Amino acid sequence: MMNQIVQGILLGGYYALIACGLSFMFSVMRIINLAHGSLAVLSAFALWLLASRFHIPPFLGLAIVLPLMAVIGWALQRFLLERSARGGALLPILTTFGLAIVIDNVLFEQFGADTRSLAPFIGSLSYDSWEWPGSIYVGKLAVIIFVTAVVLLGGLQLFLTRTGLGRSIRATSEDPDTAGLVGVDARRANAIAAAIAMVTVGLAGAFLGMRATFDPYAGATQLLFAFEAAVIGGAGSLWGTLIGGIVLALAQTLGATVHPQGFLIGGHVAFLIVLFIRLYTSGLGLRGLLGLASGKAS
Amino acid sequence: MSAVSPVIERGTSASRIAGIGVVAIIAMLAIAPQFLSAGSVDRMTALFIYVILAAMWNALAGFGGLVSVGQQVFFGLGAYFAIRLANAGLNPFVSLFVSAIIVGAVSWPISLFMLRLKNGEFAIGMWVIAALTHLLVNLDRLIQGETGTSLISLNVYDASMRRVTIYWLALASMTALLAVLFGLLRGSTGAAIRAIRDNEDAAASVGVRVTGTKRLLFVLAAFGIGVAGALWLATAITFQPKTYFSVQWTAYMIFMVLVGGIGTFEGAIIGALIFFLIETWFGGAGVWYLIGLGATALVFSLLLPRGLWGTLEERFGWRLLSVGYRVRLPAVGAADLAADTTASAQTTTHREKA
Repeated sequence: MMNQIVQGILLGGYYALIACGLSFMFSVMRIINLAHGSLAVLSAFALWLLASRFHIPPFLGLAIVLPLMAVIGWALQRFLLERSARGGALLPILTTFGLAIVIDNVLFEQFGADTRSLAPFIGSLSYDSWEWPGSIYVGKLAVIIFVTAVVLLGGLQLFLTRTGLGRSIRATSEDPDTAGLVGVDARRANAIAAAIAMVTVGLAGAFLGMRATFDPYAGATQLLFAFEAAVIGGAGSLWGTLIGGIVLALAQTLGATVHPQGFLIGGHVAFLIVLFIRLYTSGLGLRGLLGLASGKAS
Repeated sequence: MSAVSPVIERGTSASRIAGIGVVAIIAMLAIAPQFLSAGSVDRMTALFIYVILAAMWNALAGFGGLVSVGQQVFFGLGAYFAIRLANAGLNPFVSLFVSAIIVGAVSWPISLFMLRLKNGEFAIGMWVIAALTHLLVNLDRLIQGETGTSLISLNVYDASMRRVTIYWLALASMTALLAVLFGLLRGSTGAAIRAIRDNEDAAASVGVRVTGTKRLLFVLAAFGIGVAGALWLATAITFQPKTYFSVQWTAYMIFMVLVGGIGTFEGAIIGALIFFLIETWFGGAGVWYLIGLGATALVFSLLLPRGLWGTLEERFGWRLLSVGYRVRLPAVGAADLAADTTASAQTTTHREKA
């Protein structure tokens, strides 16, 4: 039992990682990017391609893929989101959904239906583990992912509160017009925020590939995980995302112990329960919940 | 201009002709199976189902302002309940419609909860509901997980008789659902619906019951999509949860409505027709076909968000199946033309009030 809880918490680190980009973009640009999961899978495929074709190990491959993801994020904001956001709140949903379909099917066209994994390219790391007291075995990779999530969330928090650029992103998310009056370039702030978000997505994709398998249509599931973790963690700070990820993972673990097919069901049910309680106790809309995952952090 | 009092119209001469045209088309479609090959009858049935899907998604998104990417939940449930009812001994054809009623009933409690979410949260929230429902349906022993099952009781009917019956049921369902939607949009609820579409807060401030109206659209869309799912099951016979609960269905709905013209009654129908033709011509292209659909939806949402019909309507002031009100200024000579220009047409259709 203790063992499962520990594994659940560590898995929560991965969910926090994939969720933080989603909630970051939502908090800054008020856009939920439906291509979020697909972009993570794209990153995983890029690393897989580098590893299998050019023998570049995934951790080294990140040096190529993460800057690329940043460029993708910047371009995404400049050419798609910025334009569609002008047409109201509904259009970005349709735009990013169309993008997700394109990405998924292009990946399918290129790589076929086979499930892939980055595990063969990271040597013994994929199965090495440490023994903790109480004969609990924890995977080294799971710990690395968890620590990365904590460092990334902490780093983002520091970046947003302590740097000028971070402050201008926060100012833009609070009120783009007023931010513009005091000299903040809202377009630039948004594009940088999107680039940062995509770097986190790229990292999440890498870990998705290392800890499990993926296929061209795996993006939808990852999007749902990210969304659920972001909503469960909800209000307050980026750290909420970590808690959300852990709650989601524990609910899935619990679901799996109840029923062999209960893993995903457990997660979805936990999400709906949390949502239900929040909506009926706070009276806030979800905006207040996802709230300012990062912007209002202090 | 101030001397002339404006005339309120509920349609143009074109829309009156279109009204007669619609009746004629439906009558022709009703007798068409006499002249069509078996394959064509099946394709036409698919077209009717696409029109239902497009019209229902459009009712929700275009008129209710609720973009959902989880509408496949109702499609899948429509098929699932039909299987369940038929298995319990109900006539399979009756099951199709009882199933849709159950879907509508199920959507009610879902709406109580989901309608509190906004925009993107609602969109993905519905997707979570769809994913969860898919998993729960898989747990049903009758369905045998992803292996699925069939609507076996339909096999007692002769194949050609079955084909034509399903065709007529699909045609009748499409006509009835479109008529209900048209009636709803043209009636006093329609004014509320369009007020919400244009500006939700402003609508609420003048006393429009925003949530109640949205709920009505949500349940109607769920029911209609439930009918579509049940009819699809009747044509396909087999039920595999993965196929029916696939997000692909919502992708199709979004494509049809975006291309046709979101928030216009005619647009959804035209979008379904275009989708049907594209599928007929390029459906064999496999994955490139899907890439093309996604890319087209992307391009339309960026460059032509009002869709084909919405753009034409705006530019030329066209009305075929008019659900709104038009204010025409009966002025002398040339001014008559001016009243029909885009500017006035636009203001009349989008700023209308009951």
